[in-house]
Amino acid sequence: MLKNMKEIRWHGRGGQGAKTAALLLGEAAINAGKYVQAFPEYGPERMGAPVAAYDRIADEEISIHSPIINPDAVVVLDETLIDAVDVTKGLSEQTGVLIINTPFSKEEIQKKLTWRGKIIVLDASKIALETIGKPIPNTPMMGALVAATGIMDINHLIDDTKHKLEKKFRTKPEVIEGNLQAIKRAYEEVKKQ
Amino acid sequence: MQKTIVARTGNEAVAEAMRQINPDVCAAYPITPATEIMQIFSTFVADGLVKTNLITAESEHSAMSACVGSAASGARTMTATAAQGLALMHEILYIASGLRLPIVMADVNRALSGPINIHCDHSDTMAERDSGWIQIFSENSQEAYDNLIQAVRIAEHKDVLLPAMVTTDGFIISHGMERLEMYPDEEIQKFIGEYKPAYNLLNVENPITVGSLVLTDYYMEHKRAQHEAMKNSVKVIKDIGKEFGKIFGKEYDMIEKYKIDDADYILICLGSTAGTTKVAVEELRQEGMKVGLVKIRVFRPFPAEDIVNAIKNAKSVAILDRSESLSTQAGPVATEVKAALYDAAINIPIKPYIYGLGGREIYVEQIKNVFKSIKDLKKTEPVSYLGVKE
Repeated sequence: MLKNMKEIRWHGRGGQGAKTAALLLGEAAINAGKYVQAFPEYGPERMGAPVAAYDRIADEEISIHSPIINPDAVVVLDETLIDAVDVTKGLSEQTGVLIINTPFSKEEIQKKLTWRGKIIVLDASKIALETIGKPIPNTPMMGALVAATGIMDINHLIDDTKHKLEKKFRTKPEVIEGNLQAIKRAYEEVKKQ
Repeated sequence: MQKTIVARTGNEAVAEAMRQINPDVCAAYPITPATEIMQIFSTFVADGLVKTNLITAESEHSAMSACVGSAASGARTMTATAAQGLALMHEILYIASGLRLPIVMADVNRALSGPINIHCDHSDTMAERDSGWIQIFSENSQEAYDNLIQAVRIAEHKDVLLPAMVTTDGFIISHGMERLEMYPDEEIQKFIGEYKPAYNLLNVENPITVGSLVLTDYYMEHKRAQHEAMKNSVKVIKDIGKEFGKIFGKEYDMIEKYKIDDADYILICLGSTAGTTKVAVEELRQEGMKVGLVKIRVFRPFPAEDIVNAIKNAKSVAILDRSESLSTQAGPVATEVKAALYDAAINIPIKPYIYGLGGREIYVEQIKNVFKSIKDLKKTEPVSYLGVKE
C-alpha cells in the first residue's frame, strides 16, 4: 500500500449527494496535484436507499483497483443509517475517524455504536439549511472531513468548489455562496471540537 | 508538450479521446456501463465541438451495420458498447473485419447474461476473440485514453486495415474517477493524421464492389489475408506504441512487464487487476518473495512470443482469467499462454485461475495468496476458482 494514501468511505441515502461529494472532493485533490480515485458503489439506486461512495487520495499514482475495506475515515451523511448499515465496518478504532451528520451529541451517537474510536458529530443539515437554503449535507461534510483529516488545505477545497459551482450554477450565485459558507462553517465547527 | 491534468472517469476519458479524434461518423446504441460515453460524446456533437455525423441506431446490430457502411464509404468511424451490445453486434463484427474496415470501438467490459449482471468481467470481449478485431485492454482511465488514440493509427495502417476494440473494466474503470493527463487537441490530430482510405464506395472515379459473394474460390484467401494483417499488426502496434511514448511520454507494447527480471514467480492478467497485482508484487517483494507481473495489453493478436520470453525463466506461473470458456480446461488467457509455451517447448508449471466474474471483487490479499499458491508448484494444475462461494 502507498504511504500517505488516505481512503475515505461516504455513506448516504440516494439523493443526499454522497457520490457527488466523493467526486467533488476527489477532483479538488487532483487539482491540488494529488493522485485520486473516486467511485460510487453500484447497486439498485433509488431515492432514500442507502448508498456508499469512496475516495482514495495519495501523493503517487494509485494502481490498486479494489474496493476500499479499511477506510481511514468514514463520513455518514444521514445518522439514521447507523441503524441500517454497519458504518464502522473496517474502520480502525485506533486510527480511524467517524464523522456523522446529526443534531445529537457525540455521547448520544456513541450509545448506538459498539465501535470505540474517534467520533466527530456535526449538524450539517442545519448548516446547509441556513447557508444554502436546503438540507443537503454533502458540501458541509466535505469541510468537516478536511477539518478532521487534514487531507488538503481547506482554502484549496473552497476555491476548487467555487470554481466548479460557478460553471454549474451560473444563474444562481446564491447557491455558490451558500455552499462555500457551508464548507467554511462546518470546517470551523469541527476544528473547535 | 503542455499536458492538462483533469479528473475523469474511464467513460469520460474515452469520450474525450473520441472528441479529440473527431471521427467522421459515430453510430451507436446505449448500454450500461458504456452509455455515458455516447451520452457525453453526443453533447460534444450538439455543442459543435466535433464534426462527427452521429447516428443513433435502434440496436447495436444496426449500429455496427451503420459503422460498416460508413467505414466502407471511407469515413473514419467509431462506436462504443458493452456486453449484450457487443454480443448483438457479433454477426457484423466478422463483416467489419472481413471487409478490412478500420472501425475503432470502445468496449466497456461487462459480464454477459445470464444471469443478468451489469458488472465487470471479460466475457463479452473474449466471446469476440475470433472475430478478427484487434483487442487492446486498458488498466486505467489513462490507458483507455491513450489506447483509443493509438487504436485509430493501428487500425488504419496500410499493413493492417483491421477494426480494433479498446476495452475498459466496467464500473471499476468506466465509472471510477481518476487523474488523467490530456494532450492538446492539435497534437492528437497531428498524431492520428488524416484518414486516406485506399478504396471507398463513394469514389465514382474508381468504382468498387464491397460485400460480394465469395464462395469456395476465394473465401479462404480472404481469411489468409486477415491472418497476415493480424501478424503485421504486431510490428505496427509496437512502432506506434514507441512513437506515442516519444511524443506523449508513455510508451506502450504488446505486454507490460513489471518486476520480472529476477522474478521466480510470475502472474499473468489483464485490465484493472494488473494495477492491483502491482501492489501485491510490491508487498510480497518486501516480504522477500521474488514475484513479477506480465500484463497482457493486446490480446488480439496474441503476443505469444513476448509472453514466452517474459516468463521462460520463472519457476512457476499463475494466470488469472476474468471470463469462463466453460471448456472445463481453463479460461482463454491460460489456454493460449499454455499453447504458446508448448510451441516454445518450455515446460513451466502453470496454475490457472478464474476470478472476478460478474464484478466479483478482487483484493491484494487474494493476489498475494495466488503468488503463494505457486511457490511450490511442481506441475501444471487444473483450473481453480478464486474468490468463489463453494
